[in-house]
Amino acid sequence: MTDPILKVTDLAMSFGEKTVFKNLNFTIDAGEKLALIGHNGAGKSTLVKLLIGLTHPTAGTITRIPLPGHERLQIGYVPQFRNLDADAPLSVASFVALNVGMSWRPWLSHSEKERVTQVLAQTQLTQIKDRPITLTSGGERQRAYLAQALLADPDLLILDEATASMDVDAKVQMMALVDTIVTQQKMALVFVSHDLELTARYTDRYLLISNQQLLTGSSKEVNADSLKGVRL
Amino acid sequence: MFAFTFMRHAFVASTFIALTCGVIGVFVVARQLSFLAHMLSEIGFAGAAFGAFLGISPLIGMLLFTLASSLLISSLSVERVQRESTISAVSSLFIGSGILFLALANQSSSYATDILFGSIVGISQSGVWQLVVLSLVVLLTIWLIFRPLQFDSFDSVGAKANGVHSRVIGIIFLILLAMSVSVGAQIVGSMLVFILLTLPASIAKALGHSMKQLLLISVAAALFGVWLGLWLGYLTNWPVTFFIALIEVICYMLALLVQKRRNG
Repeated sequence: MTDPILKVTDLAMSFGEKTVFKNLNFTIDAGEKLALIGHNGAGKSTLVKLLIGLTHPTAGTITRIPLPGHERLQIGYVPQFRNLDADAPLSVASFVALNVGMSWRPWLSHSEKERVTQVLAQTQLTQIKDRPITLTSGGERQRAYLAQALLADPDLLILDEATASMDVDAKVQMMALVDTIVTQQKMALVFVSHDLELTARYTDRYLLISNQQLLTGSSKEVNADSLKGVRL
Repeated sequence: MFAFTFMRHAFVASTFIALTCGVIGVFVVARQLSFLAHMLSEIGFAGAAFGAFLGISPLIGMLLFTLASSLLISSLSVERVQRESTISAVSSLFIGSGILFLALANQSSSYATDILFGSIVGISQSGVWQLVVLSLVVLLTIWLIFRPLQFDSFDSVGAKANGVHSRVIGIIFLILLAMSVSVGAQIVGSMLVFILLTLPASIAKALGHSMKQLLLISVAAALFGVWLGLWLGYLTNWPVTFFIALIEVICYMLALLVQKRRNG
């Protein structure tokens, strides 16, 4: 599998006078599992926002290449923060179904319902599908976020610190689940994390943003020092 | 009670008001815009007073003011904190100017109480038609943007991450809210249209767990309130708005109790 699905050329981003990064060049291949690492504030989330098209770069280009037979490259994104109301009423199933796709029809069609059921099963949420999302545990909620992103049937899945607030067991469980789904469905994965054990275990290659530049290599050979703050 | 023309008008009008407010209220509550709904109803009061001052219909005056201010708010607001202080400032200005317009228009004080607290006797045949058409426009637009509006209202971060144009949806929603406020104020008055926009939807929030349940409960609670309120108002000759407010508050308390018991 060496078909590139995403090609980044001479990418630069600045906010006012502050340059986050410049001259980034990399490609992501279909089915490739990548870790995006770097210290806090290095620009990981900014890069993710650029990849999914939420913001525009100061310079450079990002080319999204659809898979053969597809109209466009579908990217699934699980954001780092969610601002859910503490007493939000929706059940897990209704919450996941929010991303079922656009249509003039307010209600779900038969095939859309089936698709939701299938994704809930895949993310082990079937048992708690009727529970209000606010009454679920941290791990269950992360799986619901994952399920919502999977509903769009992505070719590339981006997890932004999806395991950051979880305990060790839950983290491993979550990543094992992600790994199974991504491998089965031949999705590419970008896993944004600070956890080098997890990235070594579940990704093949790392992209490291450090001092405004990008370094890459095998995920098993990350130099932990490179995650420390910028040397001034 | 349907022997009287004004009661028939009031019944049709309040049914459409309950439908519109019940549906749009679900999104008002989900988007945490209750405060804004309150301000829009105050702006509606100023608009109706302005209408009286110019000698045009209060509904047109309300629409003019609420729509203009909705657009203004959506272009101003960046963050919630900022929005809330902006809202207080804007609403003070509008209440003040509403009082000025009423004074300038030389209207009696009963006209002012009609605008503020509603009136069921004042609705003409053409008034009912205007109201029905506006309600249908609001409901049809909600139908058309239902999915992105739902996504953005219940999970704004997820919606943005999945390509929903949150800003456009937000502006369309504010316009719909402005129209609903103007419609609702015709019966329950501009001060209390807020009740119908927030309480039925809050009852639904306490009891429902899917979009279908939320919409059904909210509309049912709104309809129950206005129908029973109209009937009680007819029987006792007390203000309908009082009964609607009382019924909705009692239902809300009961819903909270049910929710508490259910969640252990």
